Amino acid sequence: MKIAENTFGSKYHVDEKGFYGRFGGAYVPEMLYPNVKELQDNYLKILRDPAFQQEFEQLLRDYVGRPSPLYLAKRLSEKYKANIYLKREDLNHTGAHKINNTVGQILLAQRLGKTRIIAETGAGQHGVATATVCALMNMECVIYMGSVDIQRQAPNVARMKMLGATVVAATSGSQTLKDATNEAIRDWINNPVNTHYILGTAAGPHPYPDMVSRFQSVISEEIKVQLLEKTGKANPDYVVACIGGGSNAAGAYYHFLNEPDVKLVAVEAGGKGVNSGFSAATTQLGKLGIIHASKTLLMQTEDGQITEPHSISAGLDYPGIGPLHAHLYETGRATFLNATDDEALQAAYELTRLEGIIPALESSHALAKLGQIPFKPNDVVVLCLSGRGDKDMETYIRNLPNKIS
Amino acid sequence: MSNRIDQLFASKKTGILNIYCTAGFPELNDTLPVMTALQQNGADLIELGMPFSDPLADGPVIQESSTRAIKNGMSVRKLFEQLKDFRLNIHVPVILMGYLNPVLLYGIENFCKKCAEVGVDGVILPDLPMDEYESDYKAIFEQYGLHLIFLVTPETSDERIRKIDSLSKGFVYAVSSSSTTGKDKDMGNQQAYFEKLKQLQLKNPVLIGFGIKDKATFDAACAYSNGAIIGTAFIRAIENTTNLPAAIKDFIAGVK
Repeated sequence: MKIAENTFGSKYHVDEKGFYGRFGGAYVPEMLYPNVKELQDNYLKILRDPAFQQEFEQLLRDYVGRPSPLYLAKRLSEKYKANIYLKREDLNHTGAHKINNTVGQILLAQRLGKTRIIAETGAGQHGVATATVCALMNMECVIYMGSVDIQRQAPNVARMKMLGATVVAATSGSQTLKDATNEAIRDWINNPVNTHYILGTAAGPHPYPDMVSRFQSVISEEIKVQLLEKTGKANPDYVVACIGGGSNAAGAYYHFLNEPDVKLVAVEAGGKGVNSGFSAATTQLGKLGIIHASKTLLMQTEDGQITEPHSISAGLDYPGIGPLHAHLYETGRATFLNATDDEALQAAYELTRLEGIIPALESSHALAKLGQIPFKPNDVVVLCLSGRGDKDMETYIRNLPNKIS
Repeated sequence: MSNRIDQLFASKKTGILNIYCTAGFPELNDTLPVMTALQQNGADLIELGMPFSDPLADGPVIQESSTRAIKNGMSVRKLFEQLKDFRLNIHVPVILMGYLNPVLLYGIENFCKKCAEVGVDGVILPDLPMDEYESDYKAIFEQYGLHLIFLVTPETSDERIRKIDSLSKGFVYAVSSSSTTGKDKDMGNQQAYFEKLKQLQLKNPVLIGFGIKDKATFDAACAYSNGAIIGTAFIRAIENTTNLPAAIKDFIAGVK
């Protein structure tokens, strides 16, 4: 596990001040400063501790079930005329990549002497992954979730409760991921000493984007080893991932960031269409701003009020984007596409019928753009299948097209 | 000494009452009537909130007032329109409080220039990092004679309090407990912190805020500082009133 290697000085990794180019930083009110400073001062030291790495590695292997398989999807490859490998994060314990980060952060919280855990969740995958590690480590757990998301992701709410977490509804604003994150941050302000905030994505104040990326970097670390084994080459031609805040993409890109022969493709949630007024495609609609204490691209009004995004997928329904990804967009290192709600649904039905895999709605956004990337027949493509679709069954059944029902 | 905040603290050392109100609340055009009533009834300082969609440091009451003000049509631009001639009637110092994003989008230099033009004396931007202020913006604020006021909390180290004091102008805003605004945390436990602030003998005056809601809490805060800031309790007092001037008069009478 190379989670803690020193990457300072790399163009695409965080700098000493917590920035990726002009994006990042920690724009926190003084009430939050000691909490964030404590993390900034300690996270690398803890991540570099061999005992920490050993415990992290062991839990990922024996508890999460890593390494997750790298699967050559033959029928999908035939359809899109390239060698398409799915990185099966959907097969992890709890059903998504989110658990890689929560395992890392709960071990870190223990070392910081914290006794209480809070988290935000959109689709509920991060909430479930957090509630899971809290049950494992016998820690108090409070999950903030937008009221709208509580409705549309009911199975995950039930799972969190069964795992012993308290689920608190965020009722302000659009009542989705952004508002859940606001409430989690407010909780942290009110409980500065005993509480660790397990932020679920590669966003928020420094060091979260870097810390979450490092915990998720196990994804690309495994891809390299697995691809070398299967193809004789460690680097693919493309890595494709969906992006809300951007944690699965950060993990899938991490070890390829400085490998220019690997093309990085990010797929945002287009909602009902980028120009429909109901979208979450931040790089297309956003301007430089500050959201959740990070300077990044952000959907906002001309007066600087954060706007309410839309996506059928609760996990991508976020008006910002992690600062690493804003930097990858601005430098052109990654290509950004977006998929609409309908395209994502169609891609989910397609993968299900072609490969017998029901993907999460989030991951379906990445799948939906396979037809728009100019692959050459011998190209090796890795798509991060970030989660499984169990939580989305109600949406899938409701929208099932007649032709396959 | 041209800044009105400095003039105030030079002439009055104790019992300073600073009232916070969200601009454009309860109705869009209430900003000036609220300020006028505050001044008439003896508020020493007025803090106007520039509403933001995602106010991380605020509890539900100020959040809701912000949401309502934004719905009313309030923005940084609109606020400067409303404040265009306010100095014809208002002579107490006025501070604008808000989150960094709308101000960044408006442009820091533009913002400072406008503040100076209309007669605003100070600014509170809780999510502006001290280091970034020092390296990027301090010169601009000073050029326009605008005071930037920083916050300290019970968790802020002595060393950092010293640094904050050295960068703050006008006064230092001491947050009474580690919380968002409007939380009913017990102020009785904060005596050691208040005592420490007093003993640090900061160069700036100190006003205590968060959790100040009535005469008892106001007096308790004033015992350790130059005065106190009331926000949430004031918003509550005017949010549903049909007679704004009377509600403001009653509220201040109940505190002083």
